[in-house]
Amino acid sequence: MMSSVPAVSVRDLRVERGGRDVLYGIGFEAARGSLLGLLGPSGCGKTTLMRALVGVQIVKSGTVTVLGEPAGSPALRRRVGYATQAPAVYGDLSVGENLRYFAAVLGAPRSDPARVVDEVGLGRHRDQVAATLSGGQLTRVNLAVALLGGPELLVLDEPTVGLDPVLRQELWELFRELAGRGTTLIVSSHVMDEAGRTDRLLLMREGRVLADGAPESLRSRTGAADLEGAFLRLITERGGSTA
Amino acid sequence: MSLTITLATTRRILVQLRHDRRTLGLLVGVPSLLMILLRYVFDRPETFDRVGPMLLGVFPFVIMFIVASVGTLRERTGGTLERLMTTPLGKLDLLFGYALAFGLIALVQVGVVLLISLTWLGLDLAGPVWALVLVAVLDALLGMALGLFASAFARTEFQAVQFMPAFVLPQALLCGLIMPRDQMASWLEAISRVLPLTYAVDAMQEVSRETGFTGSLAVDLAVIAGCALLALMLGAATLRRRTP
Repeated sequence: MMSSVPAVSVRDLRVERGGRDVLYGIGFEAARGSLLGLLGPSGCGKTTLMRALVGVQIVKSGTVTVLGEPAGSPALRRRVGYATQAPAVYGDLSVGENLRYFAAVLGAPRSDPARVVDEVGLGRHRDQVAATLSGGQLTRVNLAVALLGGPELLVLDEPTVGLDPVLRQELWELFRELAGRGTTLIVSSHVMDEAGRTDRLLLMREGRVLADGAPESLRSRTGAADLEGAFLRLITERGGSTA
Repeated sequence: MSLTITLATTRRILVQLRHDRRTLGLLVGVPSLLMILLRYVFDRPETFDRVGPMLLGVFPFVIMFIVASVGTLRERTGGTLERLMTTPLGKLDLLFGYALAFGLIALVQVGVVLLISLTWLGLDLAGPVWALVLVAVLDALLGMALGLFASAFARTEFQAVQFMPAFVLPQALLCGLIMPRDQMASWLEAISRVLPLTYAVDAMQEVSRETGFTGSLAVDLAVIAGCALLALMLGAATLRRRTP
C-alpha cells in the first residue's frame, strides 16, 4: 500500500435517512497518521458520516474510499476500528470476556485484550460485568474494542463524552500517540475545547462542511478568540441563522 | 464462514447465559415442572405415555423461540450487531454460532426433562430414546431459527415476546396435540400439513408408539430439519451489513 494514498477520501457524499437528506455532498480527505476532528452540534450528520466511513450506512450517491478500498469492503474489516457513540458491548459479559470475544472475531493476537484494557485504563475492572460499570467506564470498554487488532484507521464517535477532565486528557494523549505511530484517527465531538487537540477540523452543520482546516488557522481566519466564537462567525458569514 | 469465529460466538453466547443463572434455571426448570404437572393432571400412565412425548417436542420449540428472538433483538438494538457487521464475522458465523449454542442448551434441557420423565414419572417409550432426543433438539433449533427470523420484525422486546403467541400458538392448536388432525375442519387440516410443528408432534407420536426407526419418522425428521434450515436462511436474509 502506497503511503501517498490518503487514508480516507470522501467525494460528494449524499445520504438520505428517513426520507430526508442528512448529508448534502460532503467531501474531504484525511492523510495517513493524521488526527482529524469532526465538530458540530448534535444532529449535524457526524454519526451518519462515520457510519458511511465504516461501510454500514446506505448512501445515496458519492464515493467513500478508505485505505485505498471502497468503504465497507471485506478487506477493510480488520483494518478499520469503529466505536459508536452508544457503547456497543455485551452488558452481561465481563470487560475481559467482551474483549476476548471481539479479539477472536477480528483475529487479533491473544495478548491484545490485555493491551487495550491497559490503554484505556480499565485494568482494575477487567473481571467486572459490563452492565455494572459507570457510563464513562462503558465508553472506555467500547473504545478498547475498537483498538483491538491495531487498526490502521480508527473511527471514534464521541469517545470522550461523559468522562472527567483527567481521563479526557489521557485519552487525547493516547490518540496523539496512536497517530504518531501511523494510525489515522477520525474523532467526533460536540465539545469545542476538545477540538483544539486535533491536526485538522471539519466543522459541520446541517449536513454540510462549514469549514475545514487546522484549529489555529480557523481561529485566526475568523479572528475569534476560541473555536466556539470561530464557529459562530462562520455560520454568520454564510448568512445562516445562529439560532 | 470461519470455524474460529463461529465457535467464538457459540462460546460467547454460552458465557452470557452462564452469567444469567436465572434464565439458565428457567430453561431447564420450567419444562421439567410442566412435565411433572402433566403427569399428575392426567394421572393415568397410558395418557401420559401418549401426550408426554408430544409436549417434549413442543417445549423446546416454544422456549427457544422466545430466548432467540429476544436475544437477537438485543443484539440488533444494542448496537453489537452493527459492530459485528464491521468485522470479518460472516452472517453464517453468527447464525451457526447461535444454532450451536442453543442446540447444546436444548440438549441439556431435553436431557433433564427426559431423565425425570423416564425415571420418576415412569414414561414408557416404545421407540428409541435417541430418536426422541434428536426430534426434540431439531425442534429447539427450528424454534430458535424462527425466533431469529421473527426478531427482524420487532422493534422492541415487547413486540418480540408477542410474536411468540403469533408464531407458535396457531401451530400448537393445529399440530394435533389438542385434537387429532383428521377430526379438524378439512381446510385446517390442510393448513396444518404445511406447519413444521405438525411434523414434530407426528415424529414424537411415532417414537412413543413404534419400536425402531420407522420410515415415517425419517420423513418427519427431514421436514423439521429442512424447515429449520429454511428459517435460518430467512434469518440470514434479515441481517444486513448496510442499513438506512
